[in-house]
Order: sequence, then C-alpha cells, then structure tokens
Amino acid sequence: MLRTGRWITAIALVLLAGVYVRALLYTPVEASQGLAQKIFYLHVPAAIWAETAMILVGLASVVYLFTKDPRLDRFAASSAEVGTVFCAIVLTSGPIWGKPIWGTWWTWDARLTLTLFLFLIYVAYLLLRSAVMDPATRARFAAVLGICGMCEVPFIHLSVYMFPTLHPMPIILQPGRPKLPGSMLTTWLLSLGVFTLLYVGFVVQRYALSYLHEQLEAVGGEVGHA
Amino acid sequence: MRLPDVLRHSWVLAAKDLRVEFRSRTAILSAVVFVILAFVVFNFGRDPTAVPNVALAPSILWVTFTLAAILALNRAFHLELENHALDGLLLAPIDRSSIYLGKLIANLVFVATFELIGVPLLMLFFNVRLLPYLAPLVLLIALATIGFVAVGTLFSAMTVRTRFAELLLPVLLLPFMILPLSWGVQATVRLLAGRPLSEIAGWLNMLAVYDIVFVALALLLFPATVSE
Repeated sequence: MLRTGRWITAIALVLLAGVYVRALLYTPVEASQGLAQKIFYLHVPAAIWAETAMILVGLASVVYLFTKDPRLDRFAASSAEVGTVFCAIVLTSGPIWGKPIWGTWWTWDARLTLTLFLFLIYVAYLLLRSAVMDPATRARFAAVLGICGMCEVPFIHLSVYMFPTLHPMPIILQPGRPKLPGSMLTTWLLSLGVFTLLYVGFVVQRYALSYLHEQLEAVGGEVGHA
Repeated sequence: MRLPDVLRHSWVLAAKDLRVEFRSRTAILSAVVFVILAFVVFNFGRDPTAVPNVALAPSILWVTFTLAAILALNRAFHLELENHALDGLLLAPIDRSSIYLGKLIANLVFVATFELIGVPLLMLFFNVRLLPYLAPLVLLIALATIGFVAVGTLFSAMTVRTRFAELLLPVLLLPFMILPLSWGVQATVRLLAGRPLSEIAGWLNMLAVYDIVFVALALLLFPATVSE
C-alpha cells in the first residue's frame, strides 16, 4: 500500500510539472496581472483540497464515533496531515501573488485570515493527537475536534461575505458560467485533477505509514507518537 | 431519559460546582483580578494621545473576556480530577449530556460574573459611554459568551486528561473563539459609534446560529469525550 501511494504521488508530481509547462507556455498571459496570475493554477486547487480535506476529516470522524472502526481514524489523521500541507501551500503561494499585485505580502483580509484559521484548526487537531497516548482515547478526542472543525468551515465561509475584502471574488465556483477564457479553464481543471491525485497519493502513503506504526506499537516497538 | 430529568440533573450538577466556587471564592476572585489587570495592561500598551479610548474599548473588552474565559474553562473539569470525582459522576445514573449541560451552566454563571464586573470597570477606566447601548451590548456579550463557553466546555473535558492541559486548551479553543470574537468586536464598534441597531442585526444572527449549532453539537459529542 505504501508503494501504491508512492507511485500515485510520483505520477501526480510529474503531471504537476506538466500542468505548469502548459500554464506557462500554452495558456495566455492574463492582461492586468501578467505572469503573477499563473499562481492561480496552484493556489485555487490547493485551497479547494485544503477545505475538502477538513470536511472529509469531519465526515470520517462522524462515522468513526458510530462504528469505532480504526481505519476511519487512520484516514482522518492522514487527511488532516495532508490538509495541513495544502493549507501551507495556499498560505505561501498567496503572499507570493499578493506582493506584486497588492503590494503587500500579508493583509488581515477576511479570506487570508480565515485560511489561517483553517490552518490553525488543523494544527490544533494534530497537536491534540500528539498529546493523547492511549490510541482509543486519541481517536475519540480527535473525532470530536474533527467534527467541530468541519462545522466551523461554513461559518468561515459566511463570515467572508460579511467583512470587506481585497481578495478576488470566486471566478469559477460561482453562479453562472465561469468568467475566464476556455484555455485557462482547461489548464485549471487539469491542475485540479492533479491536485486530487496528489491528495490521494499523500493520504494513501500516510495511511499505510500509520498502519505500520500501529503494528509496531502493538508488538511493543518503541516509536514516537503519531 | 426525559428532558425534565436531564434539566434537573444538570441543575444539581451546576449548583454543586457553583457551591464549591462560592465557598472558596479563590477562582472567581482570581478571574476578576485578571480582568482588572488585563485592563491595566491594555492601558499601558497603547499611546493614549494617538488612539482614542472609544476606538480601543471594543478590542479591550473582547480580548480580555476571551482570555479570562479560557482561564475559567480550564478549571471546570479540573475540579473533577481530584479523588477521581469524574469517575463518580460517570457512574451516576444520569444522562451524559446532563453532565455537559451542568458544566456549561456553571461555566456560564462563572464567566457572566466576571463579565458583569468587567463592563462597569471598562466604563470607569476608559471613560467610554456604554450606558445608552447597554441592552444590545448585554445581548451581544451573552450570545458570544454562550458560543465560546459551549465549545470550551466540550474541549476542556478532553484537554484536562491530556499532557499540557493548560496550554492545549487555548490552542484548541482560540481558532473557534476568533469567529464569535470578531463578530462581537465588529458589532460593538458599530454600537459605540451610535449606529442604528439594524446594522448589527447580522452579527447577532450569526452569533445566535453559532450558539445553536455548537451547543447542539457539544451535547451530542460530549459522551464521546468521557466514555471509556
């Protein structure tokens, strides 16, 4: 399983390079933002998966509390870790775009702040996991926090619309037709596909690792806590 | 278990916690002193010639109350750790959600007490006129407090049994507190600027929805935090 995960990740990384070749060479340059707009193909899919990962953590946690199936807990932990990484991608690529376009790396704008919240919820989730030693208790506690985190996401979204914002409004996920040229949309959709593959690859690897971890713990091996 | 029973049991539990509190008074006194000290720190942490009091008052109010609430929440389940009192509670033939509800009520009374002392002190120290807006301000504070105390009570039931409980609770809770806090600050800024009430209705609605969602969620999830 670990090997499958590695293969999926490797393929996704090669495809990611391919998406960037397409984005840089075969996709038109945006008129007002210039080359900085290219980051959009990385930033938005990562943001979509950062949030989806949180929702998947929450759903897995709900089912875990009913079934007590350790596989769901392992999946939730893996999804949370991968979500943290994607959130970090969003939080790094955003400022790189913001510096030339807004003239500042960071502003306390609603969307930026709220992505930071999501990141902090992820970090809290991982910290809580590392602070509880007993696996069953750890799984239950993590599930409770995961469900609360999932329920926080809609509030974060509503809140974005209540604060004045500098951030560009959604141009793809909005009512009506996407407001961008076809070739850009194709590149973006390819990138979204690649990010989906990356998410799957990372989660499969992480899942396999935590399974091995548990096996080792079960035979009394000395390992750090997951 | 029937609803009247749940309410009765939770009241018994809350009354017990509050009685413990009332007889020692250490915790509530410390919380009040903390609020006063936080006000003093804020006073020295700004340039009074550059920032007028009325501009800073909402931030001082909300930041102080959230920090003091975190300190208070740490205490809630700590009481039950001594002599394994929590095990006794869990063995009692009552619904698990009434334990949560009891703790929630006790925490709310506790937090409301220092908030009740904090608001007049804010008026006194920072010379802001809160009296004309007192009714909406109290509603605002009440709604925000219910929201974060509900989440906080749930989380403190978990963190109290982990290592570094005192540090972990704020780390878990603050990301959930920032939303009600930011809505509270936005609404208070508008209130103090004398804006019409209709302008803050949106924030009040959001706070009310947040309260309903998280109180319901915490009631459902609490049994998972204590079951063995």
